[in-house]
Amino acid sequence: MSTVIKGARILGEQVADLLIEDGVITQIGSGLAGDESIDATDLIALPGLVDLHTHLREPGREDAETVLTGTRAAARGGFTCVFAMANTEPVADTAGVVEQVWRLGREHGYADVQPIGAVTVGLAGERLSELGAMADSAARVRVFSDDGKCVSDAVLMRRALEYVKAFDGVIAQHAQEPRLTEGAQMNEGPLSGELGLTGWPAVAEEAIIARDVLLAEHVGSRLHVCHLSTRGSVEIVRWAKSRGIDVTAEVTPHHLLLDDELVRSYDPIYKVNPPLRSKDDVLAVREGLADGTIDIVATDHAPHPMEDKECEWQAAAFGMLGLETALSIVQKTMVDTGALTWARVAEVMSATPARIGRVAHHGRPLAVGEPAHIVLYDPTATRVVEPSDTASLSRNTPYAGMELPGRVVATFLAGRPTVLEGRLVEGPTQ
Amino acid sequence: MKHLLSAADLTREDAITILDTAEELLGVAKRPIKKLPTLRGRTIVNLFFEDSTRTRISFEAAAKRLSADVINFSAKGSSVSKGESLKDTALTLQAMGADAVVIRHHASGAPHRLAHSRWTRGAVVNAGDGTHEHPTQALLDAFTMRSRLGDLAGKNVTIVGDVLHSRVARSNALLLDTLGAEVTLVAPPTLLPVGVESWPVRTSYDLDAEVEKSDAVMMLRVQRERMNASFFPSAREYSRRYGLDLARMNRLPDHAIVMHPGPMNRGMEINADVADSDRSVIVEQVTNGVAVRMAVLYLLLGGATEEETA
Amino acid sequence: MSIVMDATDISRALTRITHEILERNRDAEGVVILGIPTRGDELAQRIAAKITEVEGTEIRAGSLDVTLYRDDLRLKAPRALLKTDVPEDIDDRVVVLVDDVLMSGRTIRAALDALSELGRPRAVQLAVLVDRGHRELPIRADFVGKNLPTSKSERVRVRLRETDDTEDQVSIEEGAA
Repeated sequence: MSTVIKGARILGEQVADLLIEDGVITQIGSGLAGDESIDATDLIALPGLVDLHTHLREPGREDAETVLTGTRAAARGGFTCVFAMANTEPVADTAGVVEQVWRLGREHGYADVQPIGAVTVGLAGERLSELGAMADSAARVRVFSDDGKCVSDAVLMRRALEYVKAFDGVIAQHAQEPRLTEGAQMNEGPLSGELGLTGWPAVAEEAIIARDVLLAEHVGSRLHVCHLSTRGSVEIVRWAKSRGIDVTAEVTPHHLLLDDELVRSYDPIYKVNPPLRSKDDVLAVREGLADGTIDIVATDHAPHPMEDKECEWQAAAFGMLGLETALSIVQKTMVDTGALTWARVAEVMSATPARIGRVAHHGRPLAVGEPAHIVLYDPTATRVVEPSDTASLSRNTPYAGMELPGRVVATFLAGRPTVLEGRLVEGPTQ
Repeated sequence: MKHLLSAADLTREDAITILDTAEELLGVAKRPIKKLPTLRGRTIVNLFFEDSTRTRISFEAAAKRLSADVINFSAKGSSVSKGESLKDTALTLQAMGADAVVIRHHASGAPHRLAHSRWTRGAVVNAGDGTHEHPTQALLDAFTMRSRLGDLAGKNVTIVGDVLHSRVARSNALLLDTLGAEVTLVAPPTLLPVGVESWPVRTSYDLDAEVEKSDAVMMLRVQRERMNASFFPSAREYSRRYGLDLARMNRLPDHAIVMHPGPMNRGMEINADVADSDRSVIVEQVTNGVAVRMAVLYLLLGGATEEETA
Repeated sequence: MSIVMDATDISRALTRITHEILERNRDAEGVVILGIPTRGDELAQRIAAKITEVEGTEIRAGSLDVTLYRDDLRLKAPRALLKTDVPEDIDDRVVVLVDDVLMSGRTIRAALDALSELGRPRAVQLAVLVDRGHRELPIRADFVGKNLPTSKSERVRVRLRETDDTEDQVSIEEGAA
């Protein structure tokens, strides 16, 4: 069976038809025909998006999200591959847990799920997990992270960086000096003082990043910095890259758009780790993404049930949804402002995250012979975000009521549609 | 005025109205019959998630003198300690017909959450939230200062101690600025919040340099536990550098007053002789607290509430 | 707008009320004059001054704010409190309440409640500058400056030098009641 996508603007540039056969792009040109035809006039075709930082919550918190609901949300956001963070219950620190998560993703068929392994047993920061066993498992884990917690012990971090070289792994560090952030609730600055919320200083993030890039340089290993959020962090990563250190960095959509003034409402929908920072930090991470200092956008999609958000700030959980709004936020903050082209968006949201995570079949260019992971996107559409309009089990979007540009019209995972005409396709595996 | 959440919400005019109203109501406390029929039929809930007998009693006395029905809801030993959320507690109070909720909470911003959620329709009064604010304390402090010193415009008020963790300091700094006073915060650098330079105050690390120009000195409670978190090396060193002892008190101008929001750590931030001296208005603060809280409750509930005009 | 009392009329009415008060109570002994703010307060001051003039003994008028005792509090936004200043103990005294206009009687009802919590006067009497009828409670004035039949839609306005910065004047205005 063959499908032809008619008249899409490839990476937002030239118009062409794409012929898909057996999950592979077999022809690009004009006037192509297939068994099925999809009209993509005025739509942009991008390679299927890859999210290096997703919380799918399964196993353990199936009330917040499951592999199924999380990957359905991913498909609606244009993603064809998501990296599932290790902070589940039980923690993904053994080959058994990572294989379970990986299989669930394959069974549901909405997006490929690539598990991330925990660096330390139980995320406790005391001893290394069996990193090699996870790497050798069916899930072929290459990214390791204690995300949610920082590998703060310098010796442990050094050993982890060294050890994963054996299988070309990478440590994705959640940079948060724990002692400097005890009880921390929001970005430390004039506003935290005014609101009486314990401050989360930028230096708690920057000090860890500075230490880690030096460690990575010293042991000649690969480091990935999760969700960096401050101007200082951008500057440290820029400096490290100029020294030739093998470091990559990500920024979340919310840190590209939102700032700490929102905390004034005391509405925990804005409570996230790392915290929303100042307006100046927002500008700095945008600049960093534009000039390549920051390599990728990753969602840090963090579903929480409403009871963990409908409470006082201090009692609320950290985190916000991100998969279904990521591309729109990137368009709003980076494309519509002229900071990124669509071709660069394909790099920061597909090619580069796949390369960092060492998945060979994702993040490939839209070219003949490549796997047909494709998203069709209408950049001229607008929508007002309605929290209940989500495939996620949770509703904790910080964008409720906000008008965002763009709409994912269709997503193809290896040639099979997971989303068509903006709606999820049921049972895409059949 | 629908709620009283932060001293920052009060304009100069609002603040003066509250203080003037309190002044009239203070007269009631001196009468043989200390009761007014004004809030008959109104229900006020004291929702205390944190122990504070003094503040609760003060609000309770205020509400009762205005003939309101008072329900005391203390989180300890209630369903709250069994994990019931603020939301469910608020919905329960709403179902009971609370016209106002006086809330004390250990989490900063909890009163804001309550006021801006749909969980309760009543007026919300912040009776102290975390390390954020305590607006009625600031009002009673301003009331006490005004009755001793006259108009506060241009008066020098020195607030000394753990500003970082003090809701009293935050509310006072905001309200006193609104009323035209010059506020100086004195603390070791570790106990001043980051960004304090954007507050409408002066700051100083040196108490001795400030006493002679102070019309009022307000000593904040300093918890000894802060010592263990290295905010200062020892209680003795804190007391020596930032405590108000007789020597420092004697250098105050003749008319100057000494204040403390209570409860005091005698021997730590304030010397016992100072606390009991003629300059100390600490007991007066308590009396004024009831009148100020009566004024706040009257101004929030004494007229048509939003529900009734709607 | 029509002016129904000018400065001379008002002064004459207050003089008459003063004499009636003295006549009724024999002399000023044991009389406490309490005005209801703001204009009743001013009228009370004037009556007290006239009593002092006539009797030669100093008599002080006080004021009694009735806001907290009103029965219509919930119909309007909260009102600021006005001055209450009762110069002496009222137990076993004759209290003369003074107000500018008497209509429904509800203000006086509130004043009686307020008084009862201050003490137990031997008697309470009421003096008003204008009685315009339309009573809603069984209350009547003992001393009336002028009876002024009006329709409910009309408005009676009392202006006094001290409170309104104009000449003393009572007028009737058409207005939305």
